[in-house]
Amino acid sequence: MANADYETHEHDVIVIGAGGAGLRAAIEAAAQGVSVGLVCKSLLGKAHTVMAEGGIAAALGNVWPEDNWQVHFRDTMRGGKMLNNWRMAQLHAQEAPERVLELERWGALFDRTKDGRILQRDFGGHRYARLAHVGDRTGLEMIRTLQYHGIHQGIDVYMECTIARLLKDGERVSGAVGYWRPHGKVVLFKAKAIVLATGGIGKAWKITSNSWEYTGDGHALALWAGADLIDMEFVQFHPTGMVWPPSVRGILVTEGVRGDGGMLKNNQGERFMFNYIPEFFKGETADNEEEADRWYDDKRNNRRTPDLLPRDEVARAINAEMKAGRGSPHGGVYLDIASRRTADYIRKRLPSMYHQFKELAGVDITKEPMEVGPTCHYVMGGVRVDADSTAATVPGLFAAGEVAGGMHGSNRLGGNSLSDLLVFGRRAGLHAALYAKDFGGALTVDAGQVDAVARELVEPLARVGGENPYAIQADLQETMQSLVGLIRTERELEEALRKLEALKARAKRVRVEGGRTYNPGWHTALDLRSLLAVAECCALAALERKESRGGHTRDDHPYTDDQWGKVNVVLRLKNGTLQLSREPLPEMPGELRALFQERK
Amino acid sequence: MPTFTMRIFRGDTARGEFRDYRVEAEEGMVVLDVIHRVQATQAPDLAVRWNCKAGKCGSCSAEVDGRPRLMCMTRMELFSEREPVTVAPIRAFPLIRDLVTDVSFNFEKAKTIPPLRLKPPEPDGTYRMMQEDIDRIQEFHKCIECFLCQDVCHVIRDHEENKRAFAGPRVFIKVASLEMHPLDTRDRTEFVRATASVGLCNITKCCTEVCPEGIHITDNAIIPLKERMADSFDPIVWLLRKFRGQTTQPA
Ligand SMILES: Cc1cc2nc3c(=O)[nH]c(=O)nc-3n(C[C@H](O)[C@H](O)[C@H](O)COP(=O)(O)OP(=O)(O)OC[C@H]3O[C@@H](n4cnc5c(N)ncnc54)[C@H](O)[C@@H]3O)c2cc1C
Ligand code: SF4
Ligand code: SF4
Ligand code: FES
Repeated sequence: MANADYETHEHDVIVIGAGGAGLRAAIEAAAQGVSVGLVCKSLLGKAHTVMAEGGIAAALGNVWPEDNWQVHFRDTMRGGKMLNNWRMAQLHAQEAPERVLELERWGALFDRTKDGRILQRDFGGHRYARLAHVGDRTGLEMIRTLQYHGIHQGIDVYMECTIARLLKDGERVSGAVGYWRPHGKVVLFKAKAIVLATGGIGKAWKITSNSWEYTGDGHALALWAGADLIDMEFVQFHPTGMVWPPSVRGILVTEGVRGDGGMLKNNQGERFMFNYIPEFFKGETADNEEEADRWYDDKRNNRRTPDLLPRDEVARAINAEMKAGRGSPHGGVYLDIASRRTADYIRKRLPSMYHQFKELAGVDITKEPMEVGPTCHYVMGGVRVDADSTAATVPGLFAAGEVAGGMHGSNRLGGNSLSDLLVFGRRAGLHAALYAKDFGGALTVDAGQVDAVARELVEPLARVGGENPYAIQADLQETMQSLVGLIRTERELEEALRKLEALKARAKRVRVEGGRTYNPGWHTALDLRSLLAVAECCALAALERKESRGGHTRDDHPYTDDQWGKVNVVLRLKNGTLQLSREPLPEMPGELRALFQERK
Repeated sequence: MPTFTMRIFRGDTARGEFRDYRVEAEEGMVVLDVIHRVQATQAPDLAVRWNCKAGKCGSCSAEVDGRPRLMCMTRMELFSEREPVTVAPIRAFPLIRDLVTDVSFNFEKAKTIPPLRLKPPEPDGTYRMMQEDIDRIQEFHKCIECFLCQDVCHVIRDHEENKRAFAGPRVFIKVASLEMHPLDTRDRTEFVRATASVGLCNITKCCTEVCPEGIHITDNAIIPLKERMADSFDPIVWLLRKFRGQTTQPA
């Protein structure tokens, strides 16, 4: 099957994506003694994980000895409104502490407690201060640690290389085809097992904390290869993105600001979150300012401030305040830490927020409040996997990190992503390696499949008279922002689907100027295919789920419905068309169920 | 809305030139926003790297009006509408296209650094470290690998032949962070002397001046490494410093 037009690499395991999940998977697979290739769209160390700010959730119990995996498990399930895959949530809570300590053994330096252990901070939805962190640049510490540990493990790294399609030999995966971004040549990776660790889909929205990379490639690759996606209606709009100046709209303001004492206020100076405490969280949330303020220092005798309700609740509250005309001048609300904490404290705990506001908005957060509003941030939905092995429904395919679905249910708690990456990244690497070792028969790749992908890749370069890819991408983002945003209705979702059809037709005619050498126009054109696929999945699933839960709010079905609490919306491709079904959640065993009855 | 003339380098290894683009910039826009506007409206194939747009990933390094900067953290208000704003790729590394260069030199050098070698843990299997013993290293860990320091360092920038032997300031702070790590037990003297060649640095501090993270590369990392080279014949001093995470005066 030698073909002179493209280069070929062969590995036991190919990991697609070099964020926290991909790096951890590659390290684990290499430790199993198999040959590993790690592929990523950007340079090594630039994946989204580098941007994570607030911290990594793990019940180490260093600050509150009462904390343990059961409490973390319970918080995670409640944050996800019980739609999470219970087994994933359990494994995550149990294994996160060991994964964090392992990072420390690989050189990570988390902020310390007085007795020299890892310090933990408060975050939304977590009962105890639980997030190991380094100021507000935890993701940087995590990715550098994994990166510098990883480069000594004999992993072959292919950077600035985009995977466009997975290949199959019968039912099982056998490789992946992509192109090198620097020079545009096609490349084939033959592999017995493939781990998807490609992150999220946030670039489908206009106001987003996500970078150009987040075009849902892994979701689409899995779907096209015949795997199931679940929970695609659940997209997290982080309550606090920057709103001004216009060019930085959407850039994240870490929840750590609230964890460290920041308060949300409307233009009347009112701490409005006290008006938005849902029934579900009443028992554990302070209903007056005095108790909320005491809670920061005494968690045993006080309930948590409503500023730290789970993100879906806070985002909806901010949205309602803005709609009621109580917003800030640039269309947000105020986030005030200056009136509670000293300038020194703020600069030490939140250096990058201080820098970001100072440099980009000309605001000194040690003196003035910030203006913030919701921004698209994270997708809970993703590839359906087996909890223990991370195996997708296609043999040889595994998925971990943001691209995998189930772990976070309908809403993710802050800090639970970084821990998810490590716990399930490691499991994916392990099980992909075991699968590769057991692999029977020959690894064959169909040259016809490769040639077809290679031809498709260069079509936009050859086309005449078509449309500019940036214009199509912008219209797609506008559509998702206005019709599949934080608050949804049937009418708008149907309109979105119609518009997406039109956009798909336009994308087929996309034309690119210039050649193959580092051409972002071409890259944008190619990414449109996955972006459109995930946008459609999201809109379809959102139309299907006729209730409101977590990251999915339907104005026309405003309540949570117990019947919907028992099913996932599943999407798969059959003969080229998307099929949607409702399938029952895995049943939680009695001893775990009991954890939810013990206390309110 | 102010309109700027952006004089952007366009070209590849075969040929290249500066081309002028007229672009409007709204209040608060940074250079990267303006570059993206050029890309979306006038030059769809304009090559540029970026990810976070918030100074966290170190992807968008370029030379703006001759000064190495992160494009996403450089506000257009700094510039005058009357003069063209020049945007060029960082010069110390081979060009790929337009504003994108081949920075693999830095990744290759990174691989040569001898990694952490841990001391044994506490009886409970974990480690204790005091905040004051890691403050200095946490400063080094702020590095976003933008390679601007590598770009301005004249040892690399002006002397292609040095690239083989000299690792550059980014690598020095990485080595310093390992050397001062409270849990590390490895001796990297030979690496620092012969492989990274700290001796070639003549403390011009250009690297420190451009670092967008404000890391005191020269004072806090390079000078202590140089001192360590000078002391390295004295193992007692070396050990003392290592275990106290001290950089200047052994107590
Ligand atoms: C600003 C910000 C702050 C955050 N803060 C926190 C926090 O404090 N705590 C927390 O827990 N979570 C946080 N999150 C969420 C968390 O950072 C992400 O969910 C997580 O980093 C995703 O990691 P990942 O390994 O799944 O993917 P990523 O780190 O996004 O990596 C994806 C990788 O896949 C590669 N890739 C994608 N498509 C392709 C393709 N087609 N071919 C080849 N490679 C491909 C990319 O190049 C990249 O290397 C934050 C997110 C953002 C944006
Ligand atoms: S101080 Fe040394 S490393 Fe820094 S720029 Fe000058 S010569 Fe280079
Ligand atoms: S030390 Fe500073 S200038 Fe050098 S790569 Fe790191 S962040 Fe950039
Ligand atoms: S885009 Fe990340 S530093 Fe500029």
